[in-house]
Amino acid sequence: MQTTIRAIALLMFLVLAGCATAPQDPTETTTQETDSADTDTGTGAETDGMDEEDGARTLTAEECPPDCPFSRDAIEDSSSLLADRTIYFEFDSSSVQEEFMDVIQRHAAYLADYSDVDVRLEGHTDERGSREYNVGLGSRRADAVSRLLQAYGASSGQIETISYGEEVPAVEGHNEEAWDKNRRVEIVYPASGGSN
Amino acid sequence: MQPSRMFHALAALALLALSTPAAAVLQIEITEGAAGARPIAVVPFGWAGEGDPPEDIAGVISNDLTRSGQFEPMNREDHVSQPTRADEVRFGNWRTLGVDHVVIGRVEPLSDGPGYNVRFQLFDVARREQVAGYSYEVGRNGVRSLAHEISDVVYEEITGERGAFSTRIAYVAVEGSGDQRRYTLQVSDYDGFNPRTILTSRDPVMSPAWGPDGERLAYVSFEEGRPAIYVQRVVSGKREKVSSRAGINGAPAWSPDGERLAVTLSYEGNPEIYVLDLARDETRRITRSGGIDTSPVWTPDGENLIFTSDRSGGPQIYSIPVDRSERARRLTFEGNYNADPDVSPDGERLTFVHRMQNGRFRIAVLDRGSELMRVVSEGQLDESPTFAPNGRMILFATDHGGRGVLGSVSTDGRAAARLSQSQGDVREPAWGPFRD
Repeated sequence: MQTTIRAIALLMFLVLAGCATAPQDPTETTTQETDSADTDTGTGAETDGMDEEDGARTLTAEECPPDCPFSRDAIEDSSSLLADRTIYFEFDSSSVQEEFMDVIQRHAAYLADYSDVDVRLEGHTDERGSREYNVGLGSRRADAVSRLLQAYGASSGQIETISYGEEVPAVEGHNEEAWDKNRRVEIVYPASGGSN
Repeated sequence: MQPSRMFHALAALALLALSTPAAAVLQIEITEGAAGARPIAVVPFGWAGEGDPPEDIAGVISNDLTRSGQFEPMNREDHVSQPTRADEVRFGNWRTLGVDHVVIGRVEPLSDGPGYNVRFQLFDVARREQVAGYSYEVGRNGVRSLAHEISDVVYEEITGERGAFSTRIAYVAVEGSGDQRRYTLQVSDYDGFNPRTILTSRDPVMSPAWGPDGERLAYVSFEEGRPAIYVQRVVSGKREKVSSRAGINGAPAWSPDGERLAVTLSYEGNPEIYVLDLARDETRRITRSGGIDTSPVWTPDGENLIFTSDRSGGPQIYSIPVDRSERARRLTFEGNYNADPDVSPDGERLTFVHRMQNGRFRIAVLDRGSELMRVVSEGQLDESPTFAPNGRMILFATDHGGRGVLGSVSTDGRAAARLSQSQGDVREPAWGPFRD
């Protein structure tokens, strides 16, 4: 089972790597992505655990490569693959890491299917450094996710971006753990009651 | 001089009536005194009324003088005597203790209504003579403000420079977390006392900036779900939305003439600096780079903007002429993170956030003449430095016990203090201009 998932993950990565030439983000480097995809045992272990607990969900994952069809109300379903709506970032960086590409691609597929649905990308940073610079950094992060969504099929008219800088942390606290969770872009569907 | 001081006390009372007091208890903790600074004794003021005196005036003056870094007030316990009248001052004793100046005073309730009569005298020990002496009448709520005015007199008589103790600051306070989070904009005395809430919001409030008249504040509010820049009159609370374009509307900074705001906007792509003419409602773009350009501040002559840009990689401080006659020039080269500058009133120093090699964020001061940079704060996450209107002190946001509090440091880095409130987080101080 483990190897199957690895293989699928690798397959998805290859598809992504092919598309990754399309987005304009100059900060992406393919070699680094290869490294992280190969060595990221954490993601593999997580997928394995979900498999044992919830077979249906894994099945969906396997049958849901890039252009997977979603039902319109999939964004209301907390067990849907679209429930994952947060992209995390490295310090002072707006490069989207490989492990979040599938999240972005699924939301792009959904937005491509339902062109009347709007999405709001909320960029955030951790608390360190200048507040106004962090507003700029959060904006750059939201823009990076926006470009990828568009590269994978969403249209620019569906996407609104906003940066909160460090002003709205997801987690209170002044340590690495909190900072890791606060450097993020949240994908919000305003019409589905997604607030914040 | 006298009538204007009385007027100040009345103005303070008027402000009190118009706005809501915030229920936070403040504490000033001197974390570092300037050893070797001018020795002075501020003797506890005498009190001729019933019960407790209205305020420890000498304590307020002593804190003011210590925090400036220009004075080293003697501990009260070391005073050999506590005179409250001129004829009780024994100059020889003070001279033996190594004190250059002595401040004495006394407070009496007014016989014909609420309020007090406050007298103070400043003596030069070596010359054995009075340098200054005033008598004031003040309302019940004006005693603390009066203490700051006395500090200003003492400071100016001895240093020859204007004191900044009667000025005000604005800052952002945050209480609660998650959906309960509340952001407020506060205006208080320079030491954090007498806070008044002038804006409350469920959404972030950022980057307060005082107009040069000391009557208007520009700030960023997300209250409509997007950032917009507002200009609000402090006393009346009347306000106007001055920028709400697509994307970022941030980092307002007043021109010295009070007619324009330098701001950060991103509606044309990435964050750039613009100048907004308030009367004409016109914007003019100043910077052009692929990086983040933000946090502009005007040089005192109004000719240049100092700002943060990461056009060369990490954020650094740059300068550009407002008329764009020259390209932006980089001013900071030490370390890989320098951001959020403020310019001293004489234009000769910059203060900004500097990341140390150990990853700590601290406040640095750069002397533009010598190009020497000095780190003046000691925290882990220090930010948002703002110069006093006399350039002698810097106020900034710091972390203490897991909470955001305000720190103050003398510009030479010698004297430091912490202004801790009893609850919530405090951040983004903006020091207001002199009040005339």
